[in-house]
This record gives sequence, C-alpha cells and structure tokens, in this order.
Amino acid sequence: MSAPDAAVPGPGAPPAEGEALRIEGLRKSFGASDVLRGIDLSVATHEVICLIGASGSGKSTLLRCLNLLEPIDAGRISLWGQEITGAGVDQNLVRTYVGIVFQSFNLFPHMSVLRNITLAPMKARKVPRAQAEEEARALLTRFGLLDKQADYPDRLSGGQQQRVAIVRALAMRPQIMLLDEVTSALDPELVAEVLDVIRELAASGMTMLIATHEMGFARDIANRVCFLADGTIVEDAPPSRLFTEPKDERTQKFLRRIVEAGRL
Amino acid sequence: MSLGAGGPAPGSFGTTGRGPRLLSGGGRRVTAISTVSTLVVLGALAAIFLLAPGSAQVRHTFFNPTDMWQAFRGDPKKGYYSVGAAIWLNIRMFLAAEVLILIVALAIALVRLSTGPVTFPFRVLSMIYVDFFRGVPLLLVILAIGFGVPALRLPFVSAQSTAVYGVAALVLSYSAYVSEVYRAGLNSVHQSQVAAARSLGLSQATALRYVILPQAIRNVIPPLLNDFISLQKDTALVGVLGAIEANEAAQIYSSTVFNYSSYAVAAALFLILTIPLARFTDRVIDRDRRRRLAGTAP
Repeated sequence: MSAPDAAVPGPGAPPAEGEALRIEGLRKSFGASDVLRGIDLSVATHEVICLIGASGSGKSTLLRCLNLLEPIDAGRISLWGQEITGAGVDQNLVRTYVGIVFQSFNLFPHMSVLRNITLAPMKARKVPRAQAEEEARALLTRFGLLDKQADYPDRLSGGQQQRVAIVRALAMRPQIMLLDEVTSALDPELVAEVLDVIRELAASGMTMLIATHEMGFARDIANRVCFLADGTIVEDAPPSRLFTEPKDERTQKFLRRIVEAGRL
Repeated sequence: MSLGAGGPAPGSFGTTGRGPRLLSGGGRRVTAISTVSTLVVLGALAAIFLLAPGSAQVRHTFFNPTDMWQAFRGDPKKGYYSVGAAIWLNIRMFLAAEVLILIVALAIALVRLSTGPVTFPFRVLSMIYVDFFRGVPLLLVILAIGFGVPALRLPFVSAQSTAVYGVAALVLSYSAYVSEVYRAGLNSVHQSQVAAARSLGLSQATALRYVILPQAIRNVIPPLLNDFISLQKDTALVGVLGAIEANEAAQIYSSTVFNYSSYAVAAALFLILTIPLARFTDRVIDRDRRRRLAGTAP
C-alpha cells in the first residue's frame, strides 16, 4: 500500500463494506519461542472480535503484528484485499488505518492531553493545528473528557488515561481498532468507564479486535470470540456458542479455570 | 575534571519545601544548634589557618589585598593583564563550547544508537571517537590542537586565534562525555513510548523529535548541567596556549610581581561563575525528584 488506493478507504472516509482484514498463515517467533504458529482469520467490516486465551498465548503479538509493530516471519495480512506485509508498503500509512491501544496506556508524559491527541494528526496527516484541536475537543467531549484537555497524563486516573489513549488512536480516524488488554492494568473500579467507551465504539460500527481477560464483556460485545492457544486459533465461534459449548478440550479447560476464578 | 555519564544524582537531604534545603525542618532549637555547630567548625578552621607558624607568610603571598586588587585591575605598563577582564574570555569560550557540544554530542549519540546495516561504519566511528576522547587527557588535546593545527599551515584553518583552538579542543573532548549522557537519556525512555508513537503513524524521525528526545533530554538535565560546571573551569586549561584567560592572566601577574594573590582572584571569579550554576543544578534535581514522587502518587 504505497499510495492511497481506491480499494482502501482513505483516512476519515466511510468504512468499506465486506471483508476488512484477512490474516493467512501468520507466523511469528521471538528467538527460539514460536509465539504464532499459523494464524488464519477473516474479519468483516463492523465486526467485533474478542481474542481470549492464557497469558503468553500470543494475543498481544498478533495485534502488534497487525499494526506492523512486529515484523512477521511468514504469512500475509491484507486490508480490504490489499496486502500490507509485502515489500514496499508504507508502514506509516497502514498505521493510520489501524489504530492500537495498549495495556499500559503509553500516553506521552511530557504533553498535555490535547497535545497527545493532536500530535499524530498534525505530523502524520498534516492536519492544521486549529482543525486538529477542534477534532480532538469533539472526541474528548464525546467521551466526557473535555475538562481534562489541559492536564498532563500523570494527573489523570488510570481509567482516564486509557480513555485518552483510545481518543488519541481515534483522532487518526482509523478504520480498524486493536485493543490490547486495555483494562488489565486498571483498578477494578475503573474498568467500567473504559468498557463503556469500547461499547460506544462498537455501537458506532467500528471494526475491532479486542484482546481481553474480561469474559463477561467479551460475551456481551463480541460478534465472534477466538480462543488462542499454542500459537494458533483453537476455536472461533459466536460467544453464545463458545462460552456455553466449547468444543476443543483446551478451550474447555481454560474456561473452567476462568469460572473457578470467578471471572465469568 | 569530574565528568561522568551517571544518571540523575540522588536526592538531597530533607527537601521539604521549595528548593534544596541543607537543613531539615525543625524548630528554633535545631536552628540554634546548627548555627553554633557551624560557628565552632568554621572558627576552628580559621584558628588553624591564622595560628599556623607560616600563616603571615601565606596570607601575604596568597591573600594580599593590594596585590589582589592590582591583579584584578591589571596594568599593561607594568607587564601584566587584568584578571577581571580576562575572565570574559573564559565566559565566551564556555558559551561557544557549550552550544557546540550540545549539538555535536547529540549527533554522536544518535549515530551510536542508530540501527541497520547502512549506519554500521558510522556507529563504529562514533564508538572509536568516544573511547579516544574520553581516554586522552583534555590538556593533551588542547596542546595537540593548539600547536598542531597552526603548524599544518593550512589556509584559514591554521590562522585562528588560540581561543578558537581551545574551544575546538573543549568541544572534541566534552562531546565524547556528553554524547554518553545523551545516550543514557535516550535509553531511559521506554520502548513502549516508541511503539506508541510509531503505532499512530509517526515516522521514526518525527517520533524521535517530538516524543523521545524531549523525554530523554529532560531525564539528563542534571548530569548535563554537572558537565557544564566542569566545562566552565576547564576553560582555564586553554591558558597553556597563551590565550589570556583568567588563569593565564593570574600566572603572568605572579611571575611578574612574585606574588600569588592573583590566583586567589582567579579562583574567586571562577567560583562566582560556577556556584550559581551548581545551585541551579540542585534546584533542577530537586524539582525533578518531587515531580517523580508526585507522579507515582495515585
């Protein structure tokens, strides 16, 4: 994807219909450990997919590969039919289509909330400052954070920081959002406000891949739930089926442990 | 020369309010005790100095007010320069060197931390550079540049003043140290910040410029200031080339009049320069520490 193409909607354009994302035979290893051993997945536009699985099952690595933060070893990833993992791909352009939010927020500590949000639109999309700030304020208003615009990240609670991180990713007007365990670093009482933001995003039709340990939330929000183990997608089913009649033995075992821990 | 690429200095004692405090908070009793203690210690030191068998001789040779005043004023007719005027050359050399060091050292640090096969030879060169100039005494670098470059008899390059060669030597030597300070700062910014910046579609250069460098530099301001305190003093070494800076002017006075009080004048002038920077450094360290403590609070 070296230049904007008719097949791929430009930043801010209405999302295309049909298959948004296709992953074929994706493999990734770090040194001797094979983290992903052949992932195949197709995601339709407006679909919300939750990735579940034990820690270290490769959920985060998969999301980082989709944002091109990790180079892949084998396989291919396509957005609306265009491969983004080949040679000559403009990684920075791809990343403007695929937003990612991390477990540890990763806000820029030396910038105010507003500047955190406007930096990428101004520098990567060349949006004029006034327009970038206007758009940022509109997003902050939408998620109830407008009064925090002048604050620095360390003045905010974890929940507020994570909501700002989501707004920062949204300011690039991505077509797909990747959420990497965005509530795992939060105090329990702060989880709800972040989940509400994600629900709102799902309701607005955002295509999302969500790695999560919040099984109740996954059951509510996901169109499909994928269970990862041993570097592959072991089971891929609607939540109503996967949580009640898991077919694979590993899924059954994982869900049994989750139930015992009182998290479902 | 106390240079080092160390991290931020440890916190000072009992910093409760604004600015660094040597004394922790307490009542009048604490203040009274510390005052008495200070007076006793200073009084004892003064007594040792004044009662020493050679005290009168030392006071006359090193701290004679008449000589100090004459050295400060200078008198070209009698063959010596004003130490007070000569300190301006130190200040100018310091300022010129500081600006150049900040730029050169950053370039070296960025090369050293670059990745990829294309920049490999530059990485090796920067490593050799840093190893070399951190290993060779500054005085030798000043002598080599100050006497070697003019001897080459190149047009323009060999026709500069001794102060210019002195600044060049200071920049060569200090850039090696300061690049290591920068490197420590750049390494102190967590990789997740790079990932966050790149994930938003920012290029490597933009991420460096707006996200990584500002945090890296903020983290190393205390050690940078520390190096610049050293740099202020080390401008005195340029005197070996014959540049009339404060130390050289003091030496000329002492060898003309056979009294060392001129060195006391030069020392006092250097203190006037370095102490404000040292106090400023303390304040920055203290502010940094309080900000970190505040940052970890819920």
